Amino acid sequence: MKSAMEMLAGDDRQVRYRAFDVCSIREDFPILARQVHGKPLVYLDNAATSQKPQVVIDTIQRYYTEENANIHRGAYYLSEQATQAYEDARVKVQHFLHARSEREIIFTRGVTEAINLVAHCYGRKTLNAGDEIIISAMEHHSNIVPWQIICEEKGAILRVVPIDDAGEFLLDEFEKLLNPRTKLVAVTHVSNALGTITPVRQIIDMAHHRHIPVLIDGAQAVPHFKVDVQELDCEFYGFSGHKLYGPTGIGILYGKAELLEAMPPYQGGGDMIRSVTFEKTLYAPIPSKFEAGTPHIEGGIGLGAAIDYLEGIGMEAINAYEQELLAYAMNAVGAIPGVRIFGTAREKAGVISFSLEGVHPHDIATILDQEGIAIRTGHHCAQPVMERFGVPAMARASLAFYNTKSEIDALVAGIHKVKEVFD
Amino acid sequence: MSDLRELYQDLIIDHSKRPRNFKVLETADRKLEGYNPLCGDKVTVFLELEDDRVKNVSFQGSGCAISTASASVMTETVKGKTLAEVEALFDVFHQMVTGKPPAAGNAPELGKLAFFPGCQSFPLASNVPPLPGIRCMQLYKEQGIRCRRSEPLNREIP
Repeated sequence: MKSAMEMLAGDDRQVRYRAFDVCSIREDFPILARQVHGKPLVYLDNAATSQKPQVVIDTIQRYYTEENANIHRGAYYLSEQATQAYEDARVKVQHFLHARSEREIIFTRGVTEAINLVAHCYGRKTLNAGDEIIISAMEHHSNIVPWQIICEEKGAILRVVPIDDAGEFLLDEFEKLLNPRTKLVAVTHVSNALGTITPVRQIIDMAHHRHIPVLIDGAQAVPHFKVDVQELDCEFYGFSGHKLYGPTGIGILYGKAELLEAMPPYQGGGDMIRSVTFEKTLYAPIPSKFEAGTPHIEGGIGLGAAIDYLEGIGMEAINAYEQELLAYAMNAVGAIPGVRIFGTAREKAGVISFSLEGVHPHDIATILDQEGIAIRTGHHCAQPVMERFGVPAMARASLAFYNTKSEIDALVAGIHKVKEVFD
Repeated sequence: MSDLRELYQDLIIDHSKRPRNFKVLETADRKLEGYNPLCGDKVTVFLELEDDRVKNVSFQGSGCAISTASASVMTETVKGKTLAEVEALFDVFHQMVTGKPPAAGNAPELGKLAFFPGCQSFPLASNVPPLPGIRCMQLYKEQGIRCRRSEPLNREIP
């Protein structure tokens, strides 16, 4: 990941970076203008879900106002229009991830369903007793539990790559875990609890050296920097729309076509079949094979609008701005006496997890809430990470490109207020 | 700051920083654990009963200031009371923190427990169902019910 300074070094990029105007960007997000408890909202829970730009809200409203019809069915104008809008969104996702074909883009409810789909369809078909799946110690529960379920069913074994005190993925430990029984590697691209950007490039190379397929959980990665699945060469990549400034209930599973074609269907129903008789049913080609039933149409279209919006700004400009803001926030929060920062990996994306000596994280969040500041507190659906650092919970501020340095200053002032209350 | 002061009163700050009866009770003949997966709060309550009276009580665990203080105040409040009295207290406390109007009649005095009603207007405290203080009281209530059985369900002491 390039730092903001490195980005500035390139002349062509300098122009783009300078054009990044956070004030006008904030105006695109209507919710940012509201107040909470009489104070301006400072929204720092973007790793949980991001706010939506007006263009996404308008797109969904326009869909229901002007285009609503079921897709892939009707031989009439509205249905054709809705189908076109939905399938256009698939192509937008394809380009966003730089996938070879839109056939490799499957709409799901979110990354959770994307991972469950791979566990269910790929895992069930390929795993046998004694086989192994490798994950890391900083996975979200959604990249742990689906594997535990399939491992229990198949008598397979889940192996966990440890992390160090900084929250770095330990490649040498990973190397030791790889063996002929390893059938799949499933790791996060960015840790939701620690912000660590994992060395996915090396992870994938090391796994491929042994012909082991790799799934990447990209939920916390795609909102922050450009992801190219062909360059990564991973077999599967998943993310959630609502963390990418799009609607909830929609997500993406990217999978290499040859793997998806060999996998059995996920759920049975309409839209996933070629023909049905009581004797034999033929399944539809990918991606329809994995998309039974009427999908989340406005979700897909809304996600497409979010991607258009982000590409209008540019993921490089977004990343450069966020990296600078993250460095500012890490310094400012880390400088408060009594604060302990969790997650100090060399390469990080927009997450500052911390604790304050003598104060439970819930109390930090409750007091900050009174100041209009929204942060997350708890185990962040990553209980093994809490265990690794020996804490029951963490407070977490997570950034988006609409956050500002003055919002970080408000967070710092809020943490000082927490200290006052507990002094 | 006044809203905050309503929630983080001196009593709550005091009991969260210096919780009373915060220890493993060696003489306990009952213990019960409570865990809230939503917030990660963990509490273990230790209880020593003499006939139907709470002779000794303690707790251990981790939670936010309100959780810890409510458990601490609760141990102080129930010590020496009969199980029937504890149950009556629980009902009144539960009604109070969940914002229900108090039942008519001769309800028991809450004492220091009455300092907790403000919690319901603070999302993190009230959205955690049940509020750890209630959970702690519930442990007593469950314990009360269990204690009437001939065999206590949990005799294990670490």
